[in-house]
Amino acid sequence: MNANLVVDAKGLSCPMPIVKAKKGMDTLESGQIMMLETTDKGSVNDFQGWVKQTGHELLNVQEDNGVFRFFVKKS
Amino acid sequence: MADKSTMVIFSGDLDKAIASFIIATGSAAMGSDVTMFFTFWGLNILRKSEKVPAKKTFLENMFGRMMPRGPEQLGLSKMNMGGLGSKLMKRIMRKKNIATLQELMETAQDLGVKIIACSMSMDVLGITEAELIDGIEYAGVATYLAEADQAKLNLFI
Repeated sequence: MNANLVVDAKGLSCPMPIVKAKKGMDTLESGQIMMLETTDKGSVNDFQGWVKQTGHELLNVQEDNGVFRFFVKKS
Repeated sequence: MADKSTMVIFSGDLDKAIASFIIATGSAAMGSDVTMFFTFWGLNILRKSEKVPAKKTFLENMFGRMMPRGPEQLGLSKMNMGGLGSKLMKRIMRKKNIATLQELMETAQDLGVKIIACSMSMDVLGITEAELIDGIEYAGVATYLAEADQAKLNLFI
């Protein structure tokens, strides 16, 4: 999946992944896709809540060796 | 229109201040307009770390000396052990790459979190505007209540 923006939040803990996600989303246009990488275990649940609240669309979540990749489409 | 969150920060304890700013930055990252209202001991979180000369009465001076100046000097609400607990907690948090209170405060201001200092308790504790960090507002209970009335989330910490 191609992303318009890649945000690296690896190694950061709550609340920094969603802060980085918000700042990343602010730079995108509607319909563009952001890929965000985290290592914080809580972020899997956190991003479900974050997209629900912000109205963006969570397209896909992948896990690879403890790194979570979230693909989010801007609403 | 964006949702609103309001918080009253009454406590000047390090752990409670960190929790407050995690919730505030998190809420702002979720797209809410956040207002933090600092009163009584909570005002110490907003104090600049350096001494700022100000004209004060004897009692105000004593208060000013005994209260912590800014995030670096705050103690824990439990197991502070004369400041040792607070030092240990900060070391553990640094090791685990958790944002410091200073970083959280900068992030909050960067995200547009509104920080309001209660002017009445500033008066009681003898804290002047020059002693508090920049980029904040000064108001009273009516301002807080007007904001809280429209908020979906309201916390007293």
